[in-house]
Formats: sequence, structure tokens, C-alpha cells
Amino acid sequence: MIAQVTTMAAEVPENPLVPPIPELVIGLIAFFIVFGILAKKLLPNINKVLDERHEAIEGGMKKAEEAMAEAQQVLDEYRTQLADARHEAARLRQEAQEQGATLIAEMRAEGQRQREEIIAAGHAQIEADRKAAAQSLRQDVGKLATDLAGKLVGESLEDHARQSRTIDRFLDELEAQAASDTTKAEAGR
Amino acid sequence: MSAETMLAFDTECHLLIPGCGFEAPGLHSFVFDPLFTVGGFEFNKPMLLALLSTVVVVWFFWAAFGKAKVVPGKLQMIGEAGYDFVRRGLVYDALGKKEGEKYVPFMVALFFFVWIMNLWSIIPVMAFPVTSVIAFPAGLAAIVYILWMYLTFKKHGFVGGWKNITGYDKSLGWVLPLIVVIEFISNVIIRPFTHAVRLFANMFAGHLLILMFTIASWYLLNGIGIVYAGASFAMTLAMTAFELFIQAVQAYVFVLLACNYVQGALAEHH
Repeated sequence: MIAQVTTMAAEVPENPLVPPIPELVIGLIAFFIVFGILAKKLLPNINKVLDERHEAIEGGMKKAEEAMAEAQQVLDEYRTQLADARHEAARLRQEAQEQGATLIAEMRAEGQRQREEIIAAGHAQIEADRKAAAQSLRQDVGKLATDLAGKLVGESLEDHARQSRTIDRFLDELEAQAASDTTKAEAGR
Repeated sequence: MSAETMLAFDTECHLLIPGCGFEAPGLHSFVFDPLFTVGGFEFNKPMLLALLSTVVVVWFFWAAFGKAKVVPGKLQMIGEAGYDFVRRGLVYDALGKKEGEKYVPFMVALFFFVWIMNLWSIIPVMAFPVTSVIAFPAGLAAIVYILWMYLTFKKHGFVGGWKNITGYDKSLGWVLPLIVVIEFISNVIIRPFTHAVRLFANMFAGHLLILMFTIASWYLLNGIGIVYAGASFAMTLAMTAFELFIQAVQAYVFVLLACNYVQGALAEHH
């Protein structure tokens, strides 16, 4: 045991901070292999791919931005068109309302006018009828008066009773005639 | 089988067995018998692991980026995440995108190579951080040191380069000589040393701790010692998890410093 420990101590380098040359050489070779392969082949490889990806992402973003701008533009156009259409519709409605109002006013005026015409015509008719009635009445009265006078003259005036009867008879005739005139007039209407 | 390559479990030595002592891990735990010898060149386990690190890193990035696609697969996605971590998190941060681009492959290779070399520490069977042998971090630190020197003199010329390295500034007045000496020692002599040793010492200590608790777990496995063996094994697991973290941090720090040195070389002197 003791011998073993002594042999171990003999193999221990005096200073662990003094680098043994073979290890130094192997270490440097090992490192330069890593460095060489990474620097010459693998890292340029990945850098290329990273650049490509960067470009792809940038390009994609640019495209997306363009598409968005276009969409925005189209939206604006549609909004403008929609606003125009609304204005147009409002204008048309306004016009229609105005026209409607004018039309109603015109029709009202027309109605008024027609009503007045009808009234005026009625009045004229009535006036004409009245005049015609008055005319015919005057003629009738004259004729009646003449008839009565003739009858009165034809009859003897001595007898009061007879005279009275004559008058009554005349009045009866008159009424009968008036009645027939009325029916005639009504039929005439 | 020599003592150095002997696994802790090969011994029948336990607590309470007479004549059996605890064999603490030490410097001898970092020395390996050659696996084979070719013409006087002794090929040992750390060398094998260093070359395996190369294989692992190259294999991984080959699989990830060999046939890179614009729409990445799973492996490529992971590779890109690692690549971007070093590129953006370290290089662009220190050097800026324009100046740093040139140094990205170097820093990426450096980070993943160092990390995988560290990672062997907790891989079963391998169980050894390659960077706990000073030669490996020293070699890498030397490359960074040479790169830093080269860039400094290329950018500022010979006189300007020395001015940049020593922080030469006339407005400092009488302290100037002092500053120049301190900066010279700090930058030219100590810096590459600390750069290498920071990584080396961390991995060295980490490996020692894991070894310590592993060997102790086995040694204590007898009688009342079983309780302590359990505690020791729990510590082994805890240290293994901790090492996983430290390995990544140390690789990160190593590359971060390399980036800072390059940045210092390219910066206008103050």
C-alpha cells in the first residue's frame, strides 16, 4: 500500500500548471479541426440559410403590407362609393318628397277648382231653373189670371155662391195642374 | 492496472476494515497512463477525450447545419439556438455586429469545443473534464493571446499597439510610468495566464470534488458508515448537477473574455 502511494507520487508532475507538450499539440489540433470545419463549411451554410429565411420573412411581410394597403384602398373606394350612393339616395328621396308635395298641392288646387266649378255650375243650374220656373210661373200666372178672368167674366156675378164655387173650382184645377206640373217637373229631372 | 487509472470501486477497502486507509484524490488523479504509444508518443485519456470533443462538436453541427433548410428541423433549431447564443449573446454584444461578424466562427468553435471538453466530467465512463489538464486551456488561451496581439499591432501599428496595450495617456502626468508598467504586466504577462488558469482551476477543482465524494461514498460503505456513505453519495449527485452548470458558465466566461480581448485590441486607445 505504502509502496503504491509512493509510485503514484513519483508520477505526479511537480507543477500542474506546466502544460505537457503532447497534450498541448493534441488540444490545438482538436480545436483547429473544429474551427476549420465550422468556419469553412457549416457556419457559412447556416448563415446562407438564415439570410434566406430573413429575406423570405421580410418578403412575406412586404407582400402582406402591400396586400393590406391594397385592401385598405379598396375599402376606402367602397366607402366613398357607399357614401355617394347614400347621398344620391337621400337626394332622390328629397326630390321625390318635393315632387310628391307639389303633386299633392296641384291635385288639391285642382280639386278645389273642380269643386268650385261644380258649385258654380250648380248655382248656375239652380239660377237657370229658378229663372225658368219664374218664367213659366209668370206665364202660367198670366194664363191663369186670364183664364180666371175669362171664367169670371163668363159666369154671372150675381150669385155669390156660384161665384164662390167657381173660385173654388178654379183653385182646385190650379192645384191639380200644379200637381201635374210637379210630377212632370220631377219626371223631367 | 496502476493506481491512477484504478476505479474507486475496484478496491475492497472500506471504513472499519483494519489496515485500510482512505485514498484521497489528488494530483495523481489527473495523470493517466498512456492508452497506447506510437513511436514514443503516449496517447492518453485526456487526448482521446479532446479528439472525441472534436468529433462530437463537428458531428452535431454537421447534423444540424450540413443540410440546413429555411424551415428548420429539430436539430437545426437547437443548433441555431446555440449558434445564436454565441453570436448575439457574446460576439455582437462585445464587438458589435459589423466588427464582430469576422470573429463569430472562431468564438462559436471555441465555446462549443470548451463546453464539450468540460462536459466529459459528468459523462459516465469518460468522467474526466479535459480542461482540467492545463495544456488544453493553455493552448486555447495562447490562440486568443496571439489573436489579440496580432489585431492590436495590425490596427494601431507598432508604437500605437504598445500604447494601446499599456494604456499610454499623456494626460496622466507623473503616474504614467506606473500605469504603463502595471498595464504591461497585467495585459501582456498575467492576462493569458489567468485566462487559461481560470478555466483550468474551475474544472480541476470541480473534478476533485466529484472524485472526493465518489470515493468517499464507496469507502464509507461499511457498518455505521453506510449512513455517511448515503450523505456522500447525495453530495456526489449535487456536485454533478452543479458541475453541469459550472461547465457551461466557464465555457461562457472563457469566450466572453476572448471577445473582450479582441474588442480591446480593436478599440481606439484612450
